[in-house]
Amino acid sequence: MNPSLTLGPNLFHWPAEQRIDFYNRIADESPVSTVYLGEVICSKRTPFFDDVHLPAVAERLERAGKTVVYSSFSEVVIKRERNILMEWSKQEGRDLEVNNTAALLHLKDRPHRIGGLLNVYNEDTMAYLAGQGATHFSLLPELPRAAIARLGEKARELGVGVEVQVFGRASLALSARCYHARAHERTKDNCQFVCGDDPDGMTLMTMDEKPFLTINGIQTLSYGYLDLMADIDDMRAIGVTHFRVMPHTCDMIVVTRAFDDVLAGRIDVAEGEARLRELGIEAPFVNGFYRGRAGHDWVPRVTEMA
Amino acid sequence: MNAMVKPELICPAGTPAALRSAVDAGADAVYCGYQNATNARNFVGLNFTPEEMEKSIRYAHDGGTKVLITLNTFPPAGKVELWKEMVDLSARLGADACIVADIAVAAYIRDTYPDLRIHLSVQAAASSPEAIEYYVREFGVKRVVLPRIMTVSEIRGLLKEIPCEVETFIFGNHGLMVEGRCSLTNYVTGQSTNMDGACSPAACVKYERADDGSMSTILGDYMIDRFGPEETAGYPTICKGRYKCDARDGGYYAFEEPISLNASTMLPDLINAGVHAFKIEGRQRSRAYVKKVVAAFREAVDSIMAGQEPRLADLVALTEGQKQTEGALKTKKWR
Amino acid sequence: MTSEPQSSRLGGGPGGFPFAPPLPLFLLNPILKRIVHRIAVQNPDMFDRLGPHRHAYFLIDPVDIPFMLYLRPDPEALDFRAVGRRNPPPHAARISGKFLDLLTLMDTEQDGDALFFSRDLIVTGDTEAVVCLRNALDDVDDPIAESVADMFGPPGRAALNALRRAAENAQKRKGAK
Repeated sequence: MNPSLTLGPNLFHWPAEQRIDFYNRIADESPVSTVYLGEVICSKRTPFFDDVHLPAVAERLERAGKTVVYSSFSEVVIKRERNILMEWSKQEGRDLEVNNTAALLHLKDRPHRIGGLLNVYNEDTMAYLAGQGATHFSLLPELPRAAIARLGEKARELGVGVEVQVFGRASLALSARCYHARAHERTKDNCQFVCGDDPDGMTLMTMDEKPFLTINGIQTLSYGYLDLMADIDDMRAIGVTHFRVMPHTCDMIVVTRAFDDVLAGRIDVAEGEARLRELGIEAPFVNGFYRGRAGHDWVPRVTEMA
Repeated sequence: MNAMVKPELICPAGTPAALRSAVDAGADAVYCGYQNATNARNFVGLNFTPEEMEKSIRYAHDGGTKVLITLNTFPPAGKVELWKEMVDLSARLGADACIVADIAVAAYIRDTYPDLRIHLSVQAAASSPEAIEYYVREFGVKRVVLPRIMTVSEIRGLLKEIPCEVETFIFGNHGLMVEGRCSLTNYVTGQSTNMDGACSPAACVKYERADDGSMSTILGDYMIDRFGPEETAGYPTICKGRYKCDARDGGYYAFEEPISLNASTMLPDLINAGVHAFKIEGRQRSRAYVKKVVAAFREAVDSIMAGQEPRLADLVALTEGQKQTEGALKTKKWR
Repeated sequence: MTSEPQSSRLGGGPGGFPFAPPLPLFLLNPILKRIVHRIAVQNPDMFDRLGPHRHAYFLIDPVDIPFMLYLRPDPEALDFRAVGRRNPPPHAARISGKFLDLLTLMDTEQDGDALFFSRDLIVTGDTEAVVCLRNALDDVDDPIAESVADMFGPPGRAALNALRRAAENAQKRKGAK
């Protein structure tokens, strides 16, 4: 199978115009084959973009030849979240990516995708979900290579896709509490959408001023940006079929082209990595999870895995 | 008001001695795990060998107490066999239920031991009727342990919608990350909460004292808190630490303060709502903690069921940071 | 590292060791040796729980008495002795606190965790080893504090009861603050 480059759901709260411009540019200029759309983090954000602009943006991307997948809520608690999720689960004609088990109730025997926020850690769980209609699995960022290899093997056997995030901040934790609101001494119900101030998330520093984590509403992400470009060949060999980059405010056309060029063998990893490092991202790049180390580590290529 | 169901008191045991203390103090059930990654408190010096589990189950059953075995982590690909072995062992030893989070583990129990009760761990993060119904339909889950994020009225509403029993936390550690959906520890230490059962492993924790009397908690390469000379400390976990951000002047508890859940004043409401079981957190806590907390809640539940005002012992000394909260049970304001 | 305790905190000051004996260490060590061997014989399972940490040396530092205790909980090479404050021997971990609080930690009738939360006990060095030791001590059948007291007959038990009351009162005073 030819490897595919995908653009994951935008996790942050960007103004609607910025999002529309962003996806227009992706449609026109980015080599990604699949785009995931839809609010994954906070149901309070949907009136700004999803409820108004989603169908038009999806159509625009599809006209440009992209496959569009809707990605659904990670946390499903209140009535409104439950209703939206159920509605999405029932819609025809477009794949839904599931990030909460609540969606699975109504998706039995209907094709769907498993998102990178749903806990699929092993081949038995993968097989179980595939048996109920899951066709594609986006893996959790914390999985080490050894586990991904076993999942890749199983996926080949089952005939399902395997996707790994190769660029962007890694999701580390979800909560029922909004930490953006908390930082501004507000509650979730009275947040005034303060998360919109931080289009790549809010940096949390340690008491000795070392950047540590990133807050995005109810989500906590890594401060470092994943960069698994150097591992792409290895991942292809162990059964990964799709490579996901996550939207950030850096030039995503450059990012997606760099990955696409490396995937197609037009440039080598060193050049691709160099392009990523010219983007002006302040945070360090990390690859520890894949290499079986602490997630915040950067393990240089010279110490390749045995 | 419905006919009141007497909720079971579910108590933690990190060691055989703690288990005996819980049984003697009147626990209806104890929950405990093996000395490996199959449970979410895989800490040094804690948990049970197969021989200890066998003896402990016998002790508990002799005292009329059930034993629920925690197999509530997520086996990483290639290692599922260990979790299955622990299920086999638990079934053989006569465990009353297994508390599980992973779909593969639940499916294995349903297929292999259809008579063994499955309790859905809080680590499965089933926080909606749909998610709970899914697990009940697929695996015949008999009870769900609810995440600590619901008000009593939400729990009452939920109980009307779902076809299984409900267990809620009433005392102990009060974290707000969705359990089973947190890899903060792995980001810092390389050990995973979900896969290894490690949360802030002690081997990666260091305390550093400065000349001014302040003390820092270091996890791996990161300072996760700094205490002034007179301040009390919390668990050395990332989600209980203090950090800085542009929106704040000094350090603040970005996630949650060192505080413990104590729902003792909410017990009558929870019983009225129809909750089937009350869970006390703390498998990593001392046997004295288990003894005192279990005894206090045993008395409280019995008094309420007898129509009397519960006398609530002062449990503050046993709480983290010596501060307590009713958590999400009372109001949504904490969100 | 933990700073050396202030001299004003030594001896019989308020909250200090109630009957601090100015014992020469060479008189104390045979008694300590007896205590630790007795505990080892009574609780063989405890060492399994310690795993690799049984080979570690622990420095137990009661900041309100004039010496420290040095423990290696290894059944093959048990070691428990009093050492001077001036040149503490090499150790994997150090646990500092008031004598009564340290006693509480050894006494499974009382909750030692609260002492960590309230920072009455300070751990430096290998935190895992200390957590493991604490978990192992917590699983012994008869509280170690009681076994020790029993070795000294009725006066020993009376002393333990007095100490427990003192520890409880100290906790209450703190709670009232």
